[in-house]
Amino acid sequence: MINPRFTQVIAVLLLALATLFTLAILVFIIGFILSKGLAHVDIDFILSNPEDMGRAGGIYPTIIGTLILSTLSILIAAPFGIGTAVFLTEYTRESRVTRIIRFGADCLAGIPSIIFGLFGFIFFVTTLGMSWSILSGSLTLAFMILPTIIRTSEEAIKSVPYAYRDVSFSLGATLWQTVRKVVLPNALPGILTGIMLSLGRSIGETAVVIFTAGSSLRTPQSLFDSIRTMSVHFYILAREGLSNEKAYATATVLIISILAINLISYWLMIRFISKRSG
Amino acid sequence: MKLKIVIKVIIFAIIAGFSLQACGKNKLSITVAGSTAFQPFAEKLAGLYMAEKPNTHITIQGGGSAVGIQSVLSGAANIGMADLVQLPPEAKDLNSYIVARDGIVMIVNPKNSVKNLEVSQIRDIYNGKIKNWKELGGNDHKINVVSREAGSGTRSSYEAIIQNITLVKEAIIQDSNGTVRETVANDANAIGYISHGIINDKIKALTINGVSCTTEEIVNKKYMLVRPIFLLTKGAPQDRVKAFIDYVLSKNGQDIIKANGLIPAI
Amino acid sequence: MKIFGENSIKNLLIVIAFSALTALFLILAFILLEGLPFIFNIGIKNFLLSSDWQPMAGKYGIFAMIVGSLWVTLGAIIVGVPLGLAGAIFLAEFLPRWMMRIIKPAIELLAGIPSVVYGFIGVMVLAPLIRDYIGGPGLSIMAASIILGIMILPTILSISIDSIKAVPQSYREGAFSLGATHWQTIHMATLPAAKSGIIAGIILGLGRAIGETMAVIMVAGNAVILPGSPLDSVRTLTANIALEMGYATGMHRQALFATGVVLLLIIMVLNYAATISIRNMNRKV
Repeated sequence: MINPRFTQVIAVLLLALATLFTLAILVFIIGFILSKGLAHVDIDFILSNPEDMGRAGGIYPTIIGTLILSTLSILIAAPFGIGTAVFLTEYTRESRVTRIIRFGADCLAGIPSIIFGLFGFIFFVTTLGMSWSILSGSLTLAFMILPTIIRTSEEAIKSVPYAYRDVSFSLGATLWQTVRKVVLPNALPGILTGIMLSLGRSIGETAVVIFTAGSSLRTPQSLFDSIRTMSVHFYILAREGLSNEKAYATATVLIISILAINLISYWLMIRFISKRSG
Repeated sequence: MKLKIVIKVIIFAIIAGFSLQACGKNKLSITVAGSTAFQPFAEKLAGLYMAEKPNTHITIQGGGSAVGIQSVLSGAANIGMADLVQLPPEAKDLNSYIVARDGIVMIVNPKNSVKNLEVSQIRDIYNGKIKNWKELGGNDHKINVVSREAGSGTRSSYEAIIQNITLVKEAIIQDSNGTVRETVANDANAIGYISHGIINDKIKALTINGVSCTTEEIVNKKYMLVRPIFLLTKGAPQDRVKAFIDYVLSKNGQDIIKANGLIPAI
Repeated sequence: MKIFGENSIKNLLIVIAFSALTALFLILAFILLEGLPFIFNIGIKNFLLSSDWQPMAGKYGIFAMIVGSLWVTLGAIIVGVPLGLAGAIFLAEFLPRWMMRIIKPAIELLAGIPSVVYGFIGVMVLAPLIRDYIGGPGLSIMAASIILGIMILPTILSISIDSIKAVPQSYREGAFSLGATHWQTIHMATLPAAKSGIIAGIILGLGRAIGETMAVIMVAGNAVILPGSPLDSVRTLTANIALEMGYATGMHRQALFATGVVLLLIIMVLNYAATISIRNMNRKV
């Protein structure tokens, strides 16, 4: 029989290697994009309009497009998501109804984005006649991120200690006053983490956006205008072979935004955890 | 309190959105949708046109020729772009204008030694009868056939002109001219076909029956892989739509089309 | 301050709480309404079991794409599960907590990178490597599997870490007291106890792999064939929808919605399996 200590050394070595390999992939992907793109990113690139289909110039309209689309989708989804979470945790006991609602949210979370794209196209773009627009796109994205917001808000609200609520009630506060003044403020960092996660997801999404918000390369004038997000712009630049240089530069801006969002949500999470245990 | 602020921000955003919308309405807006092959040219023309007439707002959507026809029929777009040799039956009632012509070029990797193909050879490659570059005088390598997705205007036109193609099942499918070009540029044994307007030096254009795809050969009608590009409207075009189509057909517009690699209609 | 009474707030929340269900219902209704009539029209057998996909000639068989989706997903599992699981065991069992707190979010960053970026790297780096050193056209099942495997790795890793951490300390102490080494404890006590959680993570990863679209379109080559080897190009169900949607009209468009119906069915089955294994996990712990 092989010495169990020896087996352990081999096993740990393999596990460590696998972990290192995974980290190496991460470093490679980020390094690959940044090393090819960072040199082409400057203030001008961010603030000027693209020319010649994106072969020259900057990406200003796509940054605006990304910001508007993802912010609007969160503004639409957050009230519903947080509201659902409040209802599930504060306003009702575990029952058949809550199970059905949770099941619905779980199913929604499992639906692939391309299906959301098909749905948004047939429902918002075609049936409701909203055409390819910011509104169609952000409504579809809101559908897509709703389950994430519900889940993370629920977790955040659940982790607010019961003692807080008891104090509030003993002071004569109603349920809604307690939720608004005690529960939600204490759950806020957790809720924000979920919102940041959703933000990342809608910024990175491509298929859904092409199907519902189109790919027009102009700064939008209204919510009914079509837009192009950074992800879509990157996809088109890279796929049409318009300009690899601009494609890498766009990807760099995209990756840096995603990194920033993740760092912020990580920071929020740490604050949240230390607050909870402190 | 925080909630209140959030609600205020939301209301403000909605109001801002709708007032922006109201501003947008003051402009004359035109929506153009369809062919991805003509989309870059339409963008360019629209940009220059808007610079001349600042109170017109033109939105260009891709989507493909079929989307172009559908959205004109349904009224989602004012102008449809289609790049088919033959317009489908549902487009029969639409007004159509040939605004440009486009050569389709057979392309291979620059490393490939093959320079010319006969039409029958092209057909056999895409039918899967010729499988190796050796049979065409090239190296002993399997041919990686690259084609476009079903429904694509470029593919329909290509298959309509070459005739009798049942695409070999192993064919790699890419969803745009650009991706076909990139795939062939990256693969020494690939063959594909793309719009004449986007040729670059990363790929090599083949001659067909000894004729190369140039403006002269297309105008002389010697080069056979040519398709028209249509702008479509439902009923006769009115004011702003007519003005834009007139602009595309004007000397100025046609020069821009020519300068960017398409063949002018006139 | 009292704009709403307690009761109206409660009623409003009830309405809001059904938003997710309403959304789900709307999506299912619209996809099914567009897709199901088509399936019954041309026959389930002609649709599901034929691999003849020529929409222009009225042939709509998606068998090759179902097989393609399964191949690519299987490949993603082969790449993603060992790496994700190994990383999870290492982070949860062998590293101090503070290191795990840094490395776990770093690996979770992989989940935040947009899929188009993965696809792009697949096309620029991975496909040429496969073509030059292994063979085939490069754009292949193998390329797609590796890319998807990396994409689902963070999902598997996070959920596995959570379920390993959820195994009660008493399980481990029992094994240690019998004189087992740390590794023996892990693979004889900890992993079996965390099994259903890990399986749930893998199934969620599976769902993500089968539903991924853009990265797959870019690296899989999209040929409509029953693949014979990992070096062949394939088309997945998702790729079929996204590739042809822009050009599809009439029957062709319905066929793509019908493809969406099949995709939904597969995902639903997977989700159901995941729910059951999560339920098992909760019961045990």
